[in-house]
Amino acid sequence: MTCTEFLAQLDELIDDEATASLRADLEQHLRECEHCEITLNTTRTTIQIYRSHEIYELPEGVRIRLEQAIMAKCRKC
Amino acid sequence: MAMIQQSGTEEVHPDVLLVERAKQGDVAAFEKLVKQYDRQVFRIANHITQNREDAEDVVQDAFLKAFQKLDQFQGNSKFYTWLVRIAVNESLMRLRKRRTGKMVSIDEDVQTEDGAMPRDLADWSPDPEALYGQSEMAEILKKTIQGLPEGFRVVFVLRDVEGLSTEETADTLGLSVPAVKSRLLRARLQLRERLAKYFRKDGKNGGGK
Repeated sequence: MTCTEFLAQLDELIDDEATASLRADLEQHLRECEHCEITLNTTRTTIQIYRSHEIYELPEGVRIRLEQAIMAKCRKC
Repeated sequence: MAMIQQSGTEEVHPDVLLVERAKQGDVAAFEKLVKQYDRQVFRIANHITQNREDAEDVVQDAFLKAFQKLDQFQGNSKFYTWLVRIAVNESLMRLRKRRTGKMVSIDEDVQTEDGAMPRDLADWSPDPEALYGQSEMAEILKKTIQGLPEGFRVVFVLRDVEGLSTEETADTLGLSVPAVKSRLLRARLQLRERLAKYFRKDGKNGGGK
């Protein structure tokens, strides 16, 4: 397996959707290629960091104001 | 999320009961749905519009539209996915208004070099989060994701940040499953590539290579 072929199927590993034989092939490539191993690990880290950081936080005061505005409009419907 | 066991073996999502009550005019039931999902809708709207005021407007408009259209909600998809679809459409509308004359579409095929993308092969610090303070990190993440093409960004946000399945993401955006998969892979790799300069092992270097 080439690095390009590995990268094309990277998500199968990340999302745990690879069939047993594909997984075996991908893992074989990983044992032989440090670059792809780094790419896999750092891509996983990328996802995990985006998942755990609240980039766009809704401040509680704004949230309450929005909720009140929404409910006031709904009651008029 | 906890499921409520109905008389048969079928499990019903708690949202379904709230939606049923709201359809019958129980506004308090709808309020629970608003409180449950307003943060997520705000996040998604911000990611798409990249404008805080627009995102606040989207939260209001999306929930109001959902309330008005509750009768059209069939219950064969999750309420949350249905709500996200409305929020994505409202967000794109806002974006179009701001960028008058400029086409905004998540349907267009985003062309990039396939597989030929140069890779940053340096390993990352074992704990990238320790390299930056909370607000500095948020800025890096925001700046990095804002640089992605629109069609990649929205797929990454729905799939990886908000946790929708590939099928739900495809359904929400009106894309095919293969299209979602292809965009997700490219989005993940591009984000990784862009974050590498901040998180690589040889230390932070002010964002330069």
